[in-house]
Amino acid sequence: MNYYLLSLIKTAIVVGIFMHVLAYLQWIERKVIAHVQLRVGPRRVGPHGLLQPLADVIKLITKEDILPSHVNKVFYFMAPFIAVTFALISISIIPFGPEITVGGVRTNMGLTDLNIGVLFILGISGLGVYGVALAGWASNNKYALMGGLRSSAQMISYELPMALALASPLLILNTLSLREIANGQAGYYLGFIPRWAIFQMPFPQIFSFILFLIAGFAETNRVPFDLPEAENELVAGFHVEYASMKFASFFMAEYANMVTVSCIATLLFLGGWHPIFPEKYGSGLIPVVIFAASGLLCFFHAANPARPFDRITLPMFGVLFLGAAGLFLLPPVQFILLPLFWFCAKVLIILFVFIWVRATLPRFRYDQLMRFAWTFMFPVALVNLFITALLVAVYP
Amino acid sequence: MDALLFMIFAAIAVICGINLVVQTHPISSALSLVGVMGALAALYLLLGGEFIAAAQLVVYAGAIMVLFVFVIMLLNAGTEKKLAIRPWGKYLGAPLLLLFFGMMAYVVQRILPESSPVVFGAFQGGTAAEIGRSLFTVYLLPFEVTSVLILIAILGAIVLARKEVD
Repeated sequence: MNYYLLSLIKTAIVVGIFMHVLAYLQWIERKVIAHVQLRVGPRRVGPHGLLQPLADVIKLITKEDILPSHVNKVFYFMAPFIAVTFALISISIIPFGPEITVGGVRTNMGLTDLNIGVLFILGISGLGVYGVALAGWASNNKYALMGGLRSSAQMISYELPMALALASPLLILNTLSLREIANGQAGYYLGFIPRWAIFQMPFPQIFSFILFLIAGFAETNRVPFDLPEAENELVAGFHVEYASMKFASFFMAEYANMVTVSCIATLLFLGGWHPIFPEKYGSGLIPVVIFAASGLLCFFHAANPARPFDRITLPMFGVLFLGAAGLFLLPPVQFILLPLFWFCAKVLIILFVFIWVRATLPRFRYDQLMRFAWTFMFPVALVNLFITALLVAVYP
Repeated sequence: MDALLFMIFAAIAVICGINLVVQTHPISSALSLVGVMGALAALYLLLGGEFIAAAQLVVYAGAIMVLFVFVIMLLNAGTEKKLAIRPWGKYLGAPLLLLFFGMMAYVVQRILPESSPVVFGAFQGGTAAEIGRSLFTVYLLPFEVTSVLILIAILGAIVLARKEVD
């Protein structure tokens, strides 16, 4: 098939799904936090609040777009644009699964693959800082400026341990291309321990994984490192002067960055789309079991409804889940769905950790944040890199 | 295609470079410099130096320029005041610039007379592995000396900062 047509189709699919993921990630976050805090979360719009993201989008688009009189206009408009552009670009080089053949066309699952993939991600995430910093400065507001300053200092500080933590698995896997990195983690030790980077010999990368996740929290401005938008000190930080779609752009950028960090952690440390135990022990049945169990749970709760509404909605979800379970048993789509399932499952688990931490931990103080980066993260990452390099050199 | 992309990114680099000088506000100038760095990274990529392109993006456009912008924001540097242009600057500026460009072109011609035109995609040694190998074999001494030089610069900065605190 024509290369350009194929790329166009793949781009349309990825962009469509990615935008929906970004919208529903917010729904998931609100639901999870609500349940952590013993609430039920959004459930007015649509069944179980499932149409809430749509309502939010309509609200944000139709809101009055205020242009404050005291801002620097050029940079004020440029900042959300920069933030959201550099947040969305990264998805283009993430591989979602192995090479597949659909209808006689061989193609990679994923938009493209660069032989400098990891460096590209680092470069793009470095450029994303300008969005936040410029928004803070162009708003011409003390709180916003403080937020922008904090953000740039925080990003520079945490980029170092993040890059060092990324370098250690690269030493073992010996490539910068994300697809080859994921392929390098295929196979099992002793037949059942996966060769993911966090288990891979000569030095399991579990420490770099934890360091990377912590730095990822700081890079995405998430709790406990959301100092640039600390509500109790800075009102809303760098985006205090923004409304309507410009505010939504920053929101979208934050979620897109979360997805990128989760994808990178999955690809570099958790083996990408490779299942947790071999196919011959039945790892292909895990998604079937999970979806079938969810479906049956829905039917059980529909039989004993907590609210009268559930008697109608829950059986519908039950049928949907059982249908998904059936899809994983069909050979024509199984080879596409299985890698995708493992990839998405790992990404969603890391995203859940992001949300879980937000519901659990309080915010750091600013000096604590900086001291943590320079006196703990940086030396530990350096020692970890040194040990990895030594072991890779000794046991090649 | 390659030549077209080269023209586009070269034009971006030159326009951003001129904008850097023309703009009066430090933040605008700094962001123009980011544009120059980004366009240069794209040019390196076109020439086959993918690692250098990524390093340019990560180090210069990402880290160093963020630091510049951070310092400008922290010091709250205002708009630069323009002095009146002297008459001899107004009339001699453009001819002198042309003369300078002519001299540059002549010197380059004299130093590199037989240099062949660049062929896009001909250079293959731009991967991270190749760069690493040449840094640790052929260019080991300059590489290590540079790192010592940077260390000295950091120590110097600390010494200068200390004096102010005491």
